[in-house]
Amino acid sequence: MTIAAEGKPDDSAQQAGRPALLQSEAAQGIALISPTFLYALAMLAVPILVTFAHSFWTQNYMDIDRTFTLENYRIALTEPIYRDLLWRSLFISLTVSFVTVVLAYPIAYYISFHGGRHKGLWLFIITIPFWTSYLLRVMSWKVILGFNGVLNSGLMALGIISEPSTAFLYNTNAVIITLTHAWAAFAILPIFVSLEKVDRTLIEAATDLGDGAVRRFLRVTLPLSMPGAISALMIVMIPTVGDYVTPRLVGGKDGVMIANAIQAQFGKAANWPLGAALSVTSMVVVTAMAGATVFILRWAARQAR
Amino acid sequence: MNIVRRLLSNWLPVYAVLYVAFLYLPILLLPIFSINQSAVPQFPLTGYTMKWYAGLPNTPELLSSAWNSLIVGLSASIVSTILGICAARAITRYRFRGQRVASGLIMAPLVLPEIIVAVSMLLVLLQLGVGLSLFTVILGHILICIPYSVTVLISGFEGFDRSLEEASADLGESAWGTFRRVTLPMVAPAIISSLLVSFTISLDEFILAFFLSGTEPTLPVYIWGQLRFAAKLPSVLALGTLLLLASFMMLSIAEILRRRAARRAQNEGGVYA
Amino acid sequence: MPETPMIKIDHVTRAYGAFKALDDASLTIQKGEFFSLLGPSGCGKTTLLRMIGGFDNPTSGTIYLDGQAMNGIPANRRPTNMVFQSYAIFPHLNVAQNVAYGLKRLRLDAVEEKRRVEEALGQVSMAHLGKRGATELSGGQRQRVALARALVMRPKVLLLDEPLSALDKKLREQMQVELRKLQQAVGITFILVTHDQYEALAMSDRIAVMFSGNIAQVATPKDIYQRPVNRQVADFVGGMNFVAAEIVGEDSGTITVETTSFGRVKTEKPVQFVTKGKAATLGIRPERLRVLWDDATDKYEIAGKVVDRHYFGEITHLIVEVPGMEQPLSVSETNNFGADDIPVGAPIRLAYDPDALVALAD
Repeated sequence: MTIAAEGKPDDSAQQAGRPALLQSEAAQGIALISPTFLYALAMLAVPILVTFAHSFWTQNYMDIDRTFTLENYRIALTEPIYRDLLWRSLFISLTVSFVTVVLAYPIAYYISFHGGRHKGLWLFIITIPFWTSYLLRVMSWKVILGFNGVLNSGLMALGIISEPSTAFLYNTNAVIITLTHAWAAFAILPIFVSLEKVDRTLIEAATDLGDGAVRRFLRVTLPLSMPGAISALMIVMIPTVGDYVTPRLVGGKDGVMIANAIQAQFGKAANWPLGAALSVTSMVVVTAMAGATVFILRWAARQAR
Repeated sequence: MNIVRRLLSNWLPVYAVLYVAFLYLPILLLPIFSINQSAVPQFPLTGYTMKWYAGLPNTPELLSSAWNSLIVGLSASIVSTILGICAARAITRYRFRGQRVASGLIMAPLVLPEIIVAVSMLLVLLQLGVGLSLFTVILGHILICIPYSVTVLISGFEGFDRSLEEASADLGESAWGTFRRVTLPMVAPAIISSLLVSFTISLDEFILAFFLSGTEPTLPVYIWGQLRFAAKLPSVLALGTLLLLASFMMLSIAEILRRRAARRAQNEGGVYA
Repeated sequence: MPETPMIKIDHVTRAYGAFKALDDASLTIQKGEFFSLLGPSGCGKTTLLRMIGGFDNPTSGTIYLDGQAMNGIPANRRPTNMVFQSYAIFPHLNVAQNVAYGLKRLRLDAVEEKRRVEEALGQVSMAHLGKRGATELSGGQRQRVALARALVMRPKVLLLDEPLSALDKKLREQMQVELRKLQQAVGITFILVTHDQYEALAMSDRIAVMFSGNIAQVATPKDIYQRPVNRQVADFVGGMNFVAAEIVGEDSGTITVETTSFGRVKTEKPVQFVTKGKAATLGIRPERLRVLWDDATDKYEIAGKVVDRHYFGEITHLIVEVPGMEQPLSVSETNNFGADDIPVGAPIRLAYDPDALVALAD
């Protein structure tokens, strides 16, 4: 039997230097997330700041003149060509986001409330098209909506129209249809998640208190799933404002969007600062529009209660 | 009230089916027209052929761009998964100040217009004098794959009971041994799933590749170039069909693995025991 | 020379910033004891258990295990094993692989390893289920696997963190008996953390009752129940009637108090008892008050009136108002003699044993 250890009065000296558990936990967490965070910082945050800086400079043939100027923003906001593109992009992203969310809500509702054991399978089916190449999907819409396309030949075969219509392709509608399709999964998932969180007993309680199917949906389910619908709106609205492929392939002259102009500034036109200013402007404006949408919807929801 | 309810429960399934049809319509047209005789994609179909597929291997530009895509996809998926593991582990396992900000920035590429990400990176790379190459495409693809990797990995790591690792230590295992014998086998499905998902994203990604690739195009950039020529459309459709199949297979495997991982983590909680 | 205790907790404090999860706790646990740490959630019992296991470290103080200071020794190098509250069964391994997990480190030959796994599974009546997948087990089976996985390591101390809390009542009671039997069979020191006083009373050799980071009392189950040192312990471990009293006499070991209803009582002075003026509190358990039927009399009796009645199957709780007492008395009486038929409002006489009255520190 050894009780020698008990004789040693203080092994705890080493304890003093040890940082408290919580602190070291936090340090471990920070150390662990750093590589990823630094990568995002270097490849995303810094470049966006650099772009922001460029938007206040001037292109001088091959060089950049680094004198501060707001000229690029004046051009971006007042030149009719850019102003119109910006307005159209905003209109398209606003329309697309609302149409997408309105179309997506019932399907998210169906999966959440009637999906039963196959919820996972449903979600998988819904998301598959989204995972396939965006470029190919847009191209496919071009095939569908074209002059000799599937829609026209189909309608003609059915005898609904007698000659091919040009109304489907190379306009704003074509862009809206294609984008609505492209972003469907992004809208369904957040709405589905928020519907899943709705406590089913709340709906039973509403029924118990005398609400019918429609009223309990409007008074309980819809308000409680609003956060999901709003985040779906944002997730669709912000990226679509900068879409490049869709307007190029199916937009024609009437469907050109701001991204096409931005690309031109970094390509043929070689005016980086103007391209930067257009990028910053569209980001700021779409963020403002998104904020306003959220505000209006929340306000409307409060009024309805 | 009963009528309303019956209507509600009846129009929804119909709507669901129509919606799924809308989602799949463009995707199913690709394979259909890729085996159609006519070079113009329109109905009625003119007959079955495999000639568009047969032509593919004889296109050197196609093969080299496919090779480029493979290199980019492998590099981007491996690096983004490694970085994703760090972030997902940090987010699920630890609590620290600045966590929301950090994860917010990491997830930001998911909600930013890709063109903004692309031109910003382009601007910086050109300023730094970094020549555009497959390497710059890889840098961009890592950035946009990370959010997907993190999402997949978090769903694999979440619900991972910390006491499993403690139990391993309690039974005499070292930190490395615990990682090898407990942590890794449990999260392996999520890691493979993350690799597959990010490979698929990279394989299909166009905008960043379009801006950041120099003279070496990836598959989508190659396809973009071909779209100008109407005569090339059927070959592009054939190529697209093959890409579609590849994506579908990888995603199915990824989904099966992700679910297996999630089920494991859940079962551990003993809720369904 | 006295035998070295298996565990010696020597002035151990665990602080998280200003909050002390454990505040200067000292305790010894003997070899082969079944020892329980009992208290409400947040009392520091789990913190203490985790520090013994090596999952947490004292801010100050030392934990000795079989005479060895354990500070700084990580969990994987301590001769302790833990049964986790969630059981922490490795989901990617089957039952036998789970049990063999720790043995792999010992590099035993295959035959010996298999023998020990089978022996451990046999000890927890799981011998035939070695091939079963971890995710196919019921709650009780998971608990047995966790136990076997820890026991197979032949630890000096087995730590059990609320191992029965996830089981339903019937299974829990069955496992209490089995765990106790198992402990006696293997002779290993068991330390059990629980918030269930009946579990602690039924299984333990000794119990430490803890509140907000402090150890309030360490004693045998019987002493904890019958001689709680203070109101808090008395209240946590079963029901207790509190009776206001006035101190009229005091010597080194006893005090004498005067009460309005129980008269003059001389009782042992509890360890922590500190006299504060003349006021004191006595306690008596509800079942130590007996109903006097018909003409029966007793040397010690008090009279009152039934104001409420709660039926519990084998017993009935009678709430009795006694003149001169602020709080009514709670009386627990078996239903053998018809306690469940006493009408509310009826006068009643109760008998008691003065030894059942204990003085309680605040």
